[in-house]
Amino acid sequence: MEALLSLSHVSFSYHTVDGETLALSDINFSVNSGEFAAIVGPSGCGKSTLLSLICGLIQPESGEIRMTGRRMDPSRGIGYMLQRDHLFEWRSVYDNILLGLEIQKKLTPQNINRVDRMLETYGLSSFARMKPQALSGGMKQRAALIRTLALDPDLLLLDEPFSALDYQTRLEVTDDIGTIIRREGKTAILVTHDLSEAISMADRIIILSRRPGAVKQILTVSFPEGYDTPLKKRNSEEFSHYFNLIWKELKSHG
Amino acid sequence: MDKLSEAQLNYLRKRSFHRRKVIWGRLALLVILLAAWETAARTGLINSFIFSCPSRVALTAWEMASDGSLWLHLGVTLGETLVSFLAVTFFGLLAAVLLWLFPAASEILEPYLVMLNSLPKSALAPLLIVWLGNRISTVIVAAVSVAVFGSIITLHTGFQEIDNDKVKLIYSLGGTKKDVMFKVIIPGSIPMLISNMKVNVGLCLVGVIIGEFLSAKAGLGYLIIYASQTFKMDWMLMSIVILCLISTLLYQGIHMLEKKW
Repeated sequence: MEALLSLSHVSFSYHTVDGETLALSDINFSVNSGEFAAIVGPSGCGKSTLLSLICGLIQPESGEIRMTGRRMDPSRGIGYMLQRDHLFEWRSVYDNILLGLEIQKKLTPQNINRVDRMLETYGLSSFARMKPQALSGGMKQRAALIRTLALDPDLLLLDEPFSALDYQTRLEVTDDIGTIIRREGKTAILVTHDLSEAISMADRIIILSRRPGAVKQILTVSFPEGYDTPLKKRNSEEFSHYFNLIWKELKSHG
Repeated sequence: MDKLSEAQLNYLRKRSFHRRKVIWGRLALLVILLAAWETAARTGLINSFIFSCPSRVALTAWEMASDGSLWLHLGVTLGETLVSFLAVTFFGLLAAVLLWLFPAASEILEPYLVMLNSLPKSALAPLLIVWLGNRISTVIVAAVSVAVFGSIITLHTGFQEIDNDKVKLIYSLGGTKKDVMFKVIIPGSIPMLISNMKVNVGLCLVGVIIGEFLSAKAGLGYLIIYASQTFKMDWMLMSIVILCLISTLLYQGIHMLEKKW
């Protein structure tokens, strides 16, 4: 399979007056087209920094990030979903969803049509004219995902997109969003500190070490036939097996 | 509609009673103050030549309204306030946007802005007369100088407090700094802009009166100074009463704008 995204020898440091902090050191991995990858690691290991690098918001100090072979063109073809929904309260849900198309001046009839179809499919049509304050936490996250998908990105970056939700909503939304992403056939990278979330959503899990973040291990996850949604996967035998495996890996040598 | 429960009716009755109490209380306070003032002046408890009294204030207002002079002074003061308020709103916003666009410039200018903001602007007024002459534009510049620096600082601080992740979102969607300005910073700051306008309209009125004290041929501030020099206390108190009304009306005007938003 062709690699959609590949990182080779990527390093990044933060600079303050007190000195230099190496956040990521010599990161190498690639993500295939249509694959769902998760990045887990202890807090402060540079997970979010890694996403900002992939998105092109910041540049690596050394190493190279390539997408389908060519050099990165910042934020083209990449959708970034942040921790909180950040729907603007002064815009309607619909205008929020169109934000990306509006910025990139791509408000074409086809694109608007596609957005309308997604709203229909994912049950947001009747909320489109409302202000985001009227939506539940899960609905807001769904709207934020459609805002990201509106630009039809090749690669979707998810930065702990469920961490601001309460536990029950979180399980539901994880299931919901996971299913939507699979259905739209998107390549995705999820960053999380929640191991269960990573195992239940991803095909491959990239485990990072404590700061400075380096790739410790890359684990391929597979489940038997029938265990196809995040919630179902949580009930399988393999689930706890993978959980223990990653847990041990994270605990080993600090 | 469903029939309301006894407890709900009770609650609603209590609420409307409370509201009526407040409204009547406000009116009563006004009437009592006016009556006390009038009585004290008539019985000779206070010197009505110095303290005036409501009936004489009202009579003066009536006379000046009839000969048209009241409208001239009122119009001049209101006009100056409005023009300076619009100027402060425009230049305050413009400067805050520029400072946000050029962080290095904002850092360089910060101590100067703080100094200009805390400087008592009444100290500038005599200088402005010498520089700009005895004109209406001098009054407007004086009024703008009172409000504009505080406005710039407030708006710029507000811009910087906008959630960084919202800015990151715009960049991740492929936006530029211009998109951040027009899609996040400005629309996200509307409530703050309006509350800043409330402060500004009051400050502009202060500035206009200071300006008129020193350099004017008309306006309520001019009227107050003229009255004090010729000892027409009725004129002076009438001007102050009218100023009270103007400031309330201007504030309420913006308050209504805020509610509408």
